[in-house]
Amino acid sequence: MRARLQLDERLSGPLVAVAAVGIAFALGAVMIVALGANPWEGFTALVDGAFGGQRELADTATKATPLLLVGTGICISFRAKVINIGGEGQVLAGALAGTVAALALGDLPRVVLVPVVLLAGLIGGGTWGAIPGALKAYLGVNEILSTIMLNIVAAQVVNYMLRDPLIDPAEIERGTRIPQTERLSTNADLPVLLGGTRLHLGVVVAVLFAVAAWIFLWRSRVGYRLRAVGSGPDAARYAGINVPRMTMLALTASGAMCGLAGAILVFGSESHRFVTDGSSTGFTGSSGFNGIVAALFGGLHPLWTIPAAVLFGGLLVGANAMQRAIQIPGSLVIALNGLVVLFVVASVDVRKRLSRASAKRAVLAAMADSE
Amino acid sequence: MSVASNHVYITLINTEEKHTMTKPHQFSRRRTIGAIVAVGAALAATGVVSSGASAARPESNGDEFTVAAVLPSAANDLAFSQSMVDSLDRLTEAGVIDDYAISENMFVVEDAATAIRAYADEGYDLVIAHGSQYGGSLQEIAPDFPETAFAWGTAADTFGLENVSGYTASADQGGYVMGAMGAMLAGDGSIGIIGPIEVGDGKLYVDGFEAGALSVRADIGVGINYIESFSDTALAAEAATSFIAGGATVLSGTAQMTVGAIGVANESGVLWFGTNSNQAELAPDIVVASQVYHWEVVLEELVNGIVDGDLGGDTYDINLANGGEVIEFNDEYELPEDVLAAGDELIAQLSSGDLVTGVGADPAEGTEPTGTEPAATTAAADTTEA
Amino acid sequence: MSEFFTISVIVATVAAGVRLATPYLFAALGETLGQRSGVLNLGVDGVMLLGAFFAYWAALEHRNLWLAFLAGAAVGLVMGAVYAVVTLVFKAEQGISGIGVYLFGLGFSELLYRQQVGTPRPAKSLPDVRIPLLGRIPKVGDMFFNHSLVVYVAIALVPLAALVINHTRFGLNIRAVGETPEAADSMGVSVNGTRTATILLANMLAGIGGAALALELGTFQQNLTNGIGFIAVALVYFGSWRPVGVLAGSLLYGLLTATVNQFKTLGIVTGGTASLATAAPALLTIVALVVIARRRAEQPAALTLPFVRGG
Repeated sequence: MRARLQLDERLSGPLVAVAAVGIAFALGAVMIVALGANPWEGFTALVDGAFGGQRELADTATKATPLLLVGTGICISFRAKVINIGGEGQVLAGALAGTVAALALGDLPRVVLVPVVLLAGLIGGGTWGAIPGALKAYLGVNEILSTIMLNIVAAQVVNYMLRDPLIDPAEIERGTRIPQTERLSTNADLPVLLGGTRLHLGVVVAVLFAVAAWIFLWRSRVGYRLRAVGSGPDAARYAGINVPRMTMLALTASGAMCGLAGAILVFGSESHRFVTDGSSTGFTGSSGFNGIVAALFGGLHPLWTIPAAVLFGGLLVGANAMQRAIQIPGSLVIALNGLVVLFVVASVDVRKRLSRASAKRAVLAAMADSE
Repeated sequence: MSVASNHVYITLINTEEKHTMTKPHQFSRRRTIGAIVAVGAALAATGVVSSGASAARPESNGDEFTVAAVLPSAANDLAFSQSMVDSLDRLTEAGVIDDYAISENMFVVEDAATAIRAYADEGYDLVIAHGSQYGGSLQEIAPDFPETAFAWGTAADTFGLENVSGYTASADQGGYVMGAMGAMLAGDGSIGIIGPIEVGDGKLYVDGFEAGALSVRADIGVGINYIESFSDTALAAEAATSFIAGGATVLSGTAQMTVGAIGVANESGVLWFGTNSNQAELAPDIVVASQVYHWEVVLEELVNGIVDGDLGGDTYDINLANGGEVIEFNDEYELPEDVLAAGDELIAQLSSGDLVTGVGADPAEGTEPTGTEPAATTAAADTTEA
Repeated sequence: MSEFFTISVIVATVAAGVRLATPYLFAALGETLGQRSGVLNLGVDGVMLLGAFFAYWAALEHRNLWLAFLAGAAVGLVMGAVYAVVTLVFKAEQGISGIGVYLFGLGFSELLYRQQVGTPRPAKSLPDVRIPLLGRIPKVGDMFFNHSLVVYVAIALVPLAALVINHTRFGLNIRAVGETPEAADSMGVSVNGTRTATILLANMLAGIGGAALALELGTFQQNLTNGIGFIAVALVYFGSWRPVGVLAGSLLYGLLTATVNQFKTLGIVTGGTASLATAAPALLTIVALVVIARRRAEQPAALTLPFVRGG
């Protein structure tokens, strides 16, 4: 009897998650039908566009990279019970820092320049996370307020920089003034891993940092303290842990991950310039928000955020492919995105309850056995 | 069961739920991987099965000429993006092209780059990158597809590539005409112009409008507000409200967020001049005229060139002379005869080249402005600084 | 700079500031109720967008502003029901489910708009109402007493909300459920029942806030709110979970935004510096919070924690 219970337990989790995504997709199909398009065609195009070939897989991996990094950052901060919705701003800050570094350092050899710009991204994003961290730790300013406000500030600072100090001199000459930098040094291009695709080093970097975050959280003293703060700030304080400092660390580390994502977005981009349309999401692709979702998909654990980010990245890439294939409005993609998030978030508790129910059954079975 | 066992049972359950209360993040790792693997396997399986899916969008073959356009905003924004969609519709109706596909709302530059690359990969004859922020990406993509023709606007740069064409809009011309008419209609009031970001054809339009107004009355107040966004409708409305409160009786603006401004103008009975698309239907009482972009005028030339084997390398410009820009007057607005006559005269002069707006560099000629209006431009600078 | 400091400009700026604050105020008051009861809703922006669209559509089709507001409120209620289920029944992680609501509202409102309306046709918008007597006071009257009805409603909601929270049984329940849900539960207060009520109210107010925005502009467009909902959530923290504080925050933000806008109109800031100016309200809000608030309330103890009896 015990064996059967264990089987149920193992199936119920994945089944619930699949069901959640399935319900969201079903609603999406209804919307597609209402638009007069063919949902089967649409969803096959979605899967095809995400995983159907070498180019598609590379696109998915590239799209997943910022999601993984932001998600890793969220894993770190949420473990300390700190909500970091400043990802958008931190991604921009890292992108800016990396760009400035590349512009300032010119044509250093690639082995030097690439790590330097990525490091700059870490520092830029880390700083942008440290600000709300310090504000919370030492001035009691709630991090939700400060991160939301700093997102706005970051977007406008970037706008200013791209239109004035950092603008491509050629733009000024031509009088077109498109807000973008010049084509950044080719030595800063993230090396392409697979010829003919856009799969670049950033993917590997992201995975490495996810692993590093795992090691940090579960295999280091500081990580333990961070998690202790998340489990119970009062108990942690009694244990002598400096809670404000841990809060600040959580936000800084989280911001650094986002900043790295930003740098990778610039130097792995098609254009190899820092360019945006004036809004923050024009550059980040909302990865500052979607990364949070990827982290949730991964159970707030850095290692499981890896496949979660790949899947979510595939969803985003595939949805754009679906839009191209059956010519539906792009907004349906966004709505579908939201539905998937809602249903999977809701399903987490269903999974928990099913597992609790199984655990109860197991306990009852154990007690029955012992009588 | 003994009472002790019951007690154990209850304690266990309580402990678990307490964990739920204080540790809401206690996810089961195994369950989560299982979930992810299951979903992934399902998706991959369908991927394998579906790799031959035919699409609803047109496939390019030897006979059909198919176009794909990547747009930065909504296809029905009554502004920049819609102008391209309308042009593609007219081209299809005229039989110049056989079908087209669009990806709208591509404000994320990387997503747009992916779309451009995907359309090229899928064999479209012409891929249009309709947004100046796409240029950097196009520069990298186009060399990978030497058989595909690309077009980029609004921009005059083709990166020296054989398969890239650029297209621009001399939006300042229509702006000039309407600015002049606006100054005649303004009475004692001033003029307010609302722009998104000071770039591209938007900037040309704003500068042209100002120059045209000042050419009629050098002392008329002209206010310019770039709201730093292509999409913030509420802010555009605020800008309009500020202008009106400051005495503006004529407003104009460019880009899709001006819808908000038009609404405010409508409420206050202030006149509006539109650009990109015909905006008369938004406020029939107060929209005087719109400068409508007819991209098809240059696209047709471009397409014919491609059919003949010339994939690009040139830049095209729509302006009043070639009919790429058309001032469409609102029938429901009673325009005084003298204003209409003045407008028509200016259109004729700008078309023939007798008059130059003096704004920006003339892309078609590639030379510095040889305008007769340097005085107006200086006066413009003075007015905005006052 | 001197052009700004004229009476007429300042009057216009303050009037604009009050008007701009209105959508923030509706949404933030709703969020305050929700958060006082322990529920965080980051999806406010999405709900506002849906409320804005349905209000706009109703105004377009039926030319009746009351109906339009009703539509906005109704949509808010529906989304509130959804969020209540997701949060209370499924106990989803609130910070994240909110993002899901936001993304859904953003996409769905635009989708509906594109399919049902198409081009941005103007709808009937809110007329300004001059309050008798007070509205005639020179300058001050124009600043505060010559706005559309919704502005007055929003401001009137502030003392109403304070009254409800502090002086009614319902308000007591809200506060108890937000601070010590276990104790409240043991006293017979339905924790999830109270939270359901606040979630419904909060989302309804968000829907009304979106409707107010759309009807003030007389139009709709994708992402009409442009982040207003998020700022409204931030303002709850700024206001220390008190309606009066939220009012102060909303007015501050509205005023700063109106001032920056006026600077741009007058040409005081141009070009790249205009971008920096756009960031000023956000930056100054943080600064204001640091400087002004000395005795800051602690957040509701049970905020974001799902309630499970017996825990």
